[in-house]
Order: sequence, then structure tokens, then C-alpha cells
Amino acid sequence: MGAPIFTHAAYAETPILTVYAGDYFTSEWGPGPVIEAEFEKICDCDLEFSTGDLLPRLLLEGARTKADVVIGLTSDVTAKARATGLFAPHGQDNSALTLPIDWTDDTFLPFNYGHTAFIYDETLMATPPASFDDLLAMPDDVKIVIQDPRTSISGLALVLWVQSVYGDDAGAAWTKLAPKILTVTKDWSASYGMFTDGEADMVLSYTTSPAYHMFAEEDFTKHAALFAEGHYFMVETVAKIAKTDQPELADQFMAYVMSSEFQTIIPTANWSLPSALPRESWPKGWSELPLPEKVLFYDESEAAALQDKAIEAWRSALTQ
Amino acid sequence: MAQRADSVTTRFGIAAAALVVAAVLLAFIGIATRVQPGAGLAPGDWAAIRFTVVQSVLSAVLSVLLAIPLARALARRQFMGRGVLVTLLGAPFILPVIVAVLGLVTVFGRSGWLNTGLAMVGLPGVSIYGLHGVVLAHVFFNLPLATRLLLQGWQTIPAERFRLAAQLRLTPESLFRTLEWPLLKQIVPGVAALVFVICLTSFAVALTLGGGPSATTVELAIYQAFKFDFDLGRAASLAVVQLVLAGGAALIALSVIPAISIGGGIDRPVQRWDAESGLQRSLDIGIIVLSALFLLLPLGAVVLRGLAGLGQVPVSVWHAAGTSVYVATISVVVLGLLALPMAGWIASRRTGGVEAIGLLGLSASPLMIGTGWFILINPLADPVQLALPVTALVNALMAMPFALRIMVPRLRDTVQDYGRLGESLGMRGWPLWRWLILPRLRAQIGFAAGLTGALSVGDLGVIALFADPDRATLPLQMYRLMGAYRMEAAAGAALILLVLALGVFWICDKGGRWHAEA
Repeated sequence: MGAPIFTHAAYAETPILTVYAGDYFTSEWGPGPVIEAEFEKICDCDLEFSTGDLLPRLLLEGARTKADVVIGLTSDVTAKARATGLFAPHGQDNSALTLPIDWTDDTFLPFNYGHTAFIYDETLMATPPASFDDLLAMPDDVKIVIQDPRTSISGLALVLWVQSVYGDDAGAAWTKLAPKILTVTKDWSASYGMFTDGEADMVLSYTTSPAYHMFAEEDFTKHAALFAEGHYFMVETVAKIAKTDQPELADQFMAYVMSSEFQTIIPTANWSLPSALPRESWPKGWSELPLPEKVLFYDESEAAALQDKAIEAWRSALTQ
Repeated sequence: MAQRADSVTTRFGIAAAALVVAAVLLAFIGIATRVQPGAGLAPGDWAAIRFTVVQSVLSAVLSVLLAIPLARALARRQFMGRGVLVTLLGAPFILPVIVAVLGLVTVFGRSGWLNTGLAMVGLPGVSIYGLHGVVLAHVFFNLPLATRLLLQGWQTIPAERFRLAAQLRLTPESLFRTLEWPLLKQIVPGVAALVFVICLTSFAVALTLGGGPSATTVELAIYQAFKFDFDLGRAASLAVVQLVLAGGAALIALSVIPAISIGGGIDRPVQRWDAESGLQRSLDIGIIVLSALFLLLPLGAVVLRGLAGLGQVPVSVWHAAGTSVYVATISVVVLGLLALPMAGWIASRRTGGVEAIGLLGLSASPLMIGTGWFILINPLADPVQLALPVTALVNALMAMPFALRIMVPRLRDTVQDYGRLGESLGMRGWPLWRWLILPRLRAQIGFAAGLTGALSVGDLGVIALFADPDRATLPLQMYRLMGAYRMEAAAGAALILLVLALGVFWICDKGGRWHAEA
């Protein structure tokens, strides 16, 4: 047993890898703690997560950021993150990715993905809509809850989804959907809470939400309504800070993200799909999860360019 | 005159006010250093400003109008459990928005208790979503605050006045006109202004119960500009718009307050001979029961859900509860150091206009103040290390207007009634506070400290912007549970939060309640 002074000295010599992450990521229910423990076994380092609102924080800190690695930026905001010039190439092989789309970005490396989807309870809704048009044609007493695209990343994905399905007719689609929208919440949690309380028939969430109910609660009544025209694709990325003082550790972490060990942690810890793991290697039960045949996706520059237009179509249709 | 008696107080008061102004101004300067030229107000912003003002005015007027009969009923009735009821009535105000909204939805929602009941007797259901839902929620939040503020005011009417009124056989109506109405004229504008500002700066309630983007408030636009567009310039200009709206309302309300005094009594227990008739009694009971139902049913919903989820609450939630108590303690101390001298200064002036300074912290958007301080601290120290003190400071600034509104009327009366006596005894400065002001202000100080502590326990605030995983406060931990699908455990955490906030409030407010029941 070392006296406190030795402990301190030993601690000081252990290099620290600082990883900025979204708040949900490092809670004891997120993937953070397992990732930290597993990575520290192989890196001979101290992995420290620092949480908060990723993008605002990076933009505020700028070149002073203490981050070595940033994990959790979605492709809908990476354009803004990239423009800071803070990031270095990730150095990993994109061909190892098993995403349903081609990914060529050399800076932002996907570590998991999901699709925006409406979740319903089969005991309350016998015939879910099979397409976006079906959803718009539902009777007005079927109520859905969605999130505000101005305050929530899933809400933003929804308006981009509508934009990609309906294009210039997005406003008209929103007008048709408006009577069925029970309410709009600031964030995903409030919406999902209203849905599980039985206040709404459907909630905007992700195709992987039923997996939580199945594998954590053994509740097999919640499903994603799968739409033929496809689902908007959301991908979360990890990226390396160019001016990191721990370049080797950062590289080692990027490689670890692509390892099957990390990828296997993702589904049941982050309730989303791993980015670099063939479907047959997913945890038990996950490969049977119904997923959309077709994905819709805007790359970051398209998403950035369309964002204001898509939000405005939503806003003006819903304020009439 | 009284003004001379506390000239020392004035100096500290001005210094404290200057500190508050500086804290807000520095935050804005911090933001200004990062502003890039960008677009001004967006198309939806004018609609947001309009909606914000309309719903805030409606919410403030309704909250205060309903609070008057309730406070009157509570002021003149003694009954078993009155103290507990008065404390519980404070609870909605300190609940985190998301918890309160889920409680309201459980009662008034589409599949809520009310609609289930209506359906059982074959009546059409009601919808909570829309402008009326926003106002309902804001009344739920603010009726208790307005009631407590009015109740405190009612208790400043000396018992001797009521004795005299009874001897003169004044009818309840003429007693209201001679004793209660002058008091209301003095208190109501300030309370209404305060509720107006609270409703002005809320956005999650407005959005969720407003039903959609037509219920957008300025605060939401600030949030969006900051967190999503990272357009600090736009966020700052919107914050200024909000500041002007809030400050304008406050200045109008506070400067019209007549500097009248109810006059000194000798602090005997209040007995109300005017309210002993059967009609008065049943009226009061009816008002108290209806209000209690409206305020306590949603709270009951929160408690029921919480009890069901309590078993699933992880240990980390308790750790976070400790962190929240720590933050609340700092907030209360900071608030005491700033608000007491400020209240002394304001009370010694003839009109209340300078009280508007106290509203700065609340109306300038806590998000903006937190961000501004982050920008200022970042070059000098690690903001994450200072996350908890900054949160406590922002919480104290947010609670400032409540504290002032609670303390100023009583302090003004004390200075006017006893200032000359104190002066003739040569008391000024600290002895004046020690022997005259603090003892007579005990109830108000306790109430203000209780509100601050409870608000601070329930505030998510700036901590979400930058926090170590192990520096989480209780509300943050609750949001994390919700974000991880643990809705039941989150409901359990919400119950702990409710109990903790009420506990903090109760401990601090004990002095105030002692006075109320004496």
C-alpha cells in the first residue's frame, strides 16, 4: 500500500485521455462506464469523460479545448463542428464500417446509428401506418408527440425526414399532419414519457427503441412503424482533436471504437446499432429487430443547407 | 427621517445592487466578445414575442386574481394541517418543469384522471393543450407563490387593526375596503410583475402544453439560437428583448407602488372577528378546498408515480441529491449576502423602481448568464471545476426578485415605523439590523431562504452545459434517467427531488410559519 504521496505521484504519471461526450453517454446507464473500464485495461492510461452540450461547448472553448477526442456529434451538426478546424483525420479504415450507407468522411468516424421512427404500442394500435402517406391519412383522433426541431436533435431529424420524403411539398405534409400532433416537446425524454404514460398513440423516436423494451423490460408490445419510403438515418460520430497532447492515445481510442469489443457494447448500452459490426455478430436477439429496408440520408453539408428551410416548413405549417 | 437612520445600510445596498448588475453585465460582455455579425430577429421571433407577452399577462393576471381570495381565506382561517397545507402550496413552484408537466398531464391530460372521470359520466373530454393549457400550468406554478406573497403581506396587518375594526363593527366589505384593499394595492403590482417575468422566461411548459410552435416564447428562441444555431449575437439580442419586456413591466409595476404604510402594531396574533359568519366561513372553506385540489392532485400524481419507481432509483441519485443540497446551501448564502442589503436600500426609498435591478438575473435568461460566465472563466480556469459555484450564483440571481418581493414590504414598514425610534436610540448600521430589522424580518428571511434553496435544488440550469459525470445535480441525474428510458426510476428521482426541495423549504420557512400560526 502506498502512502498518499506515492499514489499521487503514480496518478500524475498516468497519461490522461480526455473524451468529451454527450451527457447521456457517461451516465451509469450509458456506454461510458464500460468503455472507460475496458479501454483503461489496454491503454495504460486514465480515460476521463467530460460531459455537457458537445457542440456549444466546443464552439465556446475553441482552441482552448481540453478535449483529446469528441464522441457523440451527429452527422446533422458535424458541418458546424468541422468548420471550427479543431479536428484531425481519424486515421481509421472506413471500409470496416457496416452502415447501410457509404461513409467516406476521413474526420468524423461513425460509432453507432439509428433511424428516426414512430413508435406505437400494439395493444393500443392494431394497424400502424405503413408509409408516411398512411401516417398523414390517419384519422385526426390518433395523436402523436414529436420533438421541437429547434431544441432537439431527433426533432431536427424528423423535419429532415419529411423534407427528404416530400421535398417542396413538405409544408403541405406538415399541414396534413398538424391535427394529429398532440404536442411538441423540447426534448426526446418528455415526449417518450408522455407516450409510455399512454397520453399519445405514437411518439417520434428511433427504430431501436423497441429493443430497450424487449431486452431490458421483456415488453414485446412496442414497435417501430416501418415506412416503405424509408427512414431518416442518424449517425453518431467520434473524432480526434488535432491539437491533442495525447495523439497516440487518441489514435488508440479511435481504433478501439472500431474494435468488435466496443461495437458489441453499443447496442445494449446505447440502445442503438453498431457501426462496424456485421449483423450476424450483433448481440442475441438484435439481428431479428425489424429495421427499415431503405434509409434516407442527407450528408452534413446537405443537412446544413436544408436545415433552416425544413424547420421553417414545419414552423409555418404548424402555426396556422 | 427614516432615511437617515439607515444611511449605512444604503451604502451596502447600493454595493450589493452594483454586484448584481456587474454579474449580469459581465456575462453580457463575455458573450459580446464572441458575437459575430449575423442576422437580426428571425421571422418567427415577432410571433414569439407576441405570444410570450400574451401568455405572460394572462398567466400573471389569473394567478394573482385567484391568489387574492385564497390568501384571504388562509389568512383568516385556523385549522388543523394549515401549516402543512401552506408549505405544500409552495411545492408546485419549485418542481422541475418536466415533472410538473407530467403531473398536470396525469390529471388533466388526454388519458388523465379528469377526462377518465368525465368519460365515466358521459361528458365530453377537455384538452389541456393550447394557450389555456399554458396558462393553466403557469397558474399551477405561480398561484402558490402569489398566495404566499400575499399571505405574508396579510400578516403584516397588525392584529390591533382587526380588533379595532371589530369594535367598530365594520362589515367584512368595509373592512376589506379600509384594511385589506390598501394592502393589496401595495403588494399586488409587485407580485403580478414577478409572475409576469417568471412566465416570460419559461419555455418548456409553453411548448409542451401550448401544443406546438405557435406557443414559442422568447426564451425558446434564445435557447435555439444558443444551443442549435450557436448564433450568440441573436441569442444576446433576444435576451435583451426579454430583459426590456421584463424590466419594463417591473418598472411600471414597482414604481406605481404607493409608499404607504399599514402602520405599526405590537405583533399580537391575528384574530378575525369579521370572518366568523357562516357565509364567510363556507366561502373560505370552498376556496381553500378547490385550490388545494387543483394544486395537490398533480402533486399527488407525481408522488404516486414516484413511489412506484422509488425501488429502481440507483445509488447515484442519492449522491446527486447531496450535490444539489450543497449547491442550494451556497445559493442561499449568496442570496442572503446580496438580497438583505439590497432590500434595506430599496425599502428606504420612496418608490420601488430600483427593485427592478433584482429582476435582472431572472429576466436576462439564466442560460445566457451561465454562458457569459463560461466564456469569461474559460481563459482563466477550468469552467468544469467551477460548474457548481457558477450554478449556485446563477440560482441566487434567479431567486433574487422573489427574495426582494418577500422582504421589501415588511422592511419598508419596519423602517418607517421604527426608524425614528431607532435613530433616537442612536441605532444605525449593524445594531439597527441586529436588534430591529432582522428579528422583525425573521419570517420573510426564512421564506426567502426557503424559496431560494428549493428553487436551487430543482433547477437544471447551467449545470447541463458543462458538468463532470460525477458533478451531477439531482435534476440532471433525473434527466439522465429519462434519457436512458428509465422513466420509472426517473419518477422515483422526481419524488426524491420533490421531498428534498420541500424539506429545504420547510426548514428555512419554519420561522415564517411559526409567525403565521402564532
